[in-house]
Amino acid sequence: MKTFWAFVKKETLHILRDPRTLVILLGMPIAQVVLFGFAITNELNDARIAIFDASGDPVTQEISDRLTSSGFFQLAIKLDQEDQLERAFQHDRVKLAVVFPPEFQERFFREDRPQIQLIADATDPNTATTLIAYASAIIRQYEQEKKGSAALPYSIQTEVRMRYNEELKSVYLFVPGVITIILMLVSAMMTSIALTREKELGTMEILLVSPLKPVVIVVGKVIPYIALGLANMAIILILATMVFHMPIRGSLFLLIAESLLFIMTSLALGIMISSRVQTQQVALMISLMVLMLPTILLSGFIFPIENMPWPLQAISHIVPARWFIVIVKGVMLKGAGLAVVWKETLILIVMTLVLIGASVRSFKLRLE
Amino acid sequence: MNQAIWAESLTKKFGSFTAVDAISFEVGQGEIFGFLGANGAGKTTAMRMLSGLSFPTSGKARVAGFDVYKQPDQIKRHIGYMSQKFSLYEDLTVQENIRFFGGIYGLSLKEIRTKTAQLLEELDLEWIAKTQVRSLPLGWKQKLAFSVSQVHTPSIVFLDEPTGGVDPITRRQFWEMIYRAADRGVTVFVTTHYMDEAEYCDRISIMVDGQIAAMGTPEELKRDNNVPSINELFVQLARHTSSK
Repeated sequence: MKTFWAFVKKETLHILRDPRTLVILLGMPIAQVVLFGFAITNELNDARIAIFDASGDPVTQEISDRLTSSGFFQLAIKLDQEDQLERAFQHDRVKLAVVFPPEFQERFFREDRPQIQLIADATDPNTATTLIAYASAIIRQYEQEKKGSAALPYSIQTEVRMRYNEELKSVYLFVPGVITIILMLVSAMMTSIALTREKELGTMEILLVSPLKPVVIVVGKVIPYIALGLANMAIILILATMVFHMPIRGSLFLLIAESLLFIMTSLALGIMISSRVQTQQVALMISLMVLMLPTILLSGFIFPIENMPWPLQAISHIVPARWFIVIVKGVMLKGAGLAVVWKETLILIVMTLVLIGASVRSFKLRLE
Repeated sequence: MNQAIWAESLTKKFGSFTAVDAISFEVGQGEIFGFLGANGAGKTTAMRMLSGLSFPTSGKARVAGFDVYKQPDQIKRHIGYMSQKFSLYEDLTVQENIRFFGGIYGLSLKEIRTKTAQLLEELDLEWIAKTQVRSLPLGWKQKLAFSVSQVHTPSIVFLDEPTGGVDPITRRQFWEMIYRAADRGVTVFVTTHYMDEAEYCDRISIMVDGQIAAMGTPEELKRDNNVPSINELFVQLARHTSSK
């Protein structure tokens, strides 16, 4: 036990002696949460629009007002000529142009179904789609109100409620993803680098020739990184709840326990990588390619898994992050207990056991 | 004679390649035993078997009285090891390195404290005890590494090309340290590329293609083979096999 603590202490010293890496490791979660929370949002506010109104009657005026007072749009320029559209997109950088045809009001009340043209800048397709959806909704609502008095014989009303995230805050989406990425990064990448460093520098020989058991070497090396992972987790959760008012509806204890489980999975992955490569550089490359990319792309964090082609969907099943994100979202947003996320938890436990088994085996193989 | 190392027909095969081919030798307690050979002759493999890092394919060996198959853990406790790669932590201070290695060999806090003070004094490094090892000159690092490899007072130390890349004066000082250790009764098993260093050893063996091609005191070997220096003998043996 004493030898074990001597080892943990040495490993902690390594981390402290490299303040630059430490600052990056502790600063990264802060930067990521703040970036994702403030800068990178899916919500759109005050998008610049141009309006070309060929009628200029009360109805078109009212619709224009509705659009510009919604908070989503701001009028950047009012056009007199339809051929000024190109210039508005290029020069005034509007994201959306709204074109009213002539005699709009007369045709509207004649039930002649006049058309409003919505032209979006689709260099960013996601933004374009969102803007069109917002504008259409506002116009449809206006139409409903005007026609409401006419009392259609049959009509269906939809009432929409966005459960678990009423305000559609994108930070709710990003926090579970950021937690996953950071834990994977600290646990898997940093341990694989730390272990390979001993090999590269030749100190691993010295450790193996000492009476230390290999398992003590590995466990001693990963303990400080578990602590670092939990510290990161705490930073993210504090930021998310204090700054972005994100709720933790489920049990905090369960959330931490599940995170520890995911840290174990990541550590096992890191140990496995380190037992197969000889240099820190290769360890870094493999961690980035084999761990970070799937964690970001195939976990359902940014891109919905349901929309992926089936081979990618199949691969996503073996990405631990995919299951962990479901757990974090469930516990934080839906207040889910173990009874709800037991399947994902079980999958992670099995993955961890298999990985630890494999990494212990490959560690032994190397010792012959 | 009190044997520190005893090997009989020790063999290591990697697939169909025989790295160490049935070598037999003995090293007495307190002896300085030079283990020579060209790169790839099987020196390191032999050393790894003796230090409990890998199991032999066949043959027998005892190190410090312990069997290499059955008691590798006991062997590890009783040997020191210093490898050709620099073997201390560069980002830890001199003192932290000594403490760490004392710690992993299970020394008590009190033992570590006295040992640290003693080592620092011997090496005359007290004034930079709190300096990170990375800023020391290579020669000092090597001497420190040698001392640290004996922090748990092992009865045998294995030195794998300990003086690689070190200047002649430091090499000389390093060998003085080896002599002092041998005087204390520590057995020194050393591999080297420098043939002048071979002459400092009590006995040497020259490995060629996994086998021991010559063994004895430097004087015996020179006399029996009628060569002026060990260097000459080494070149002869190596050439002999490569022309075959």
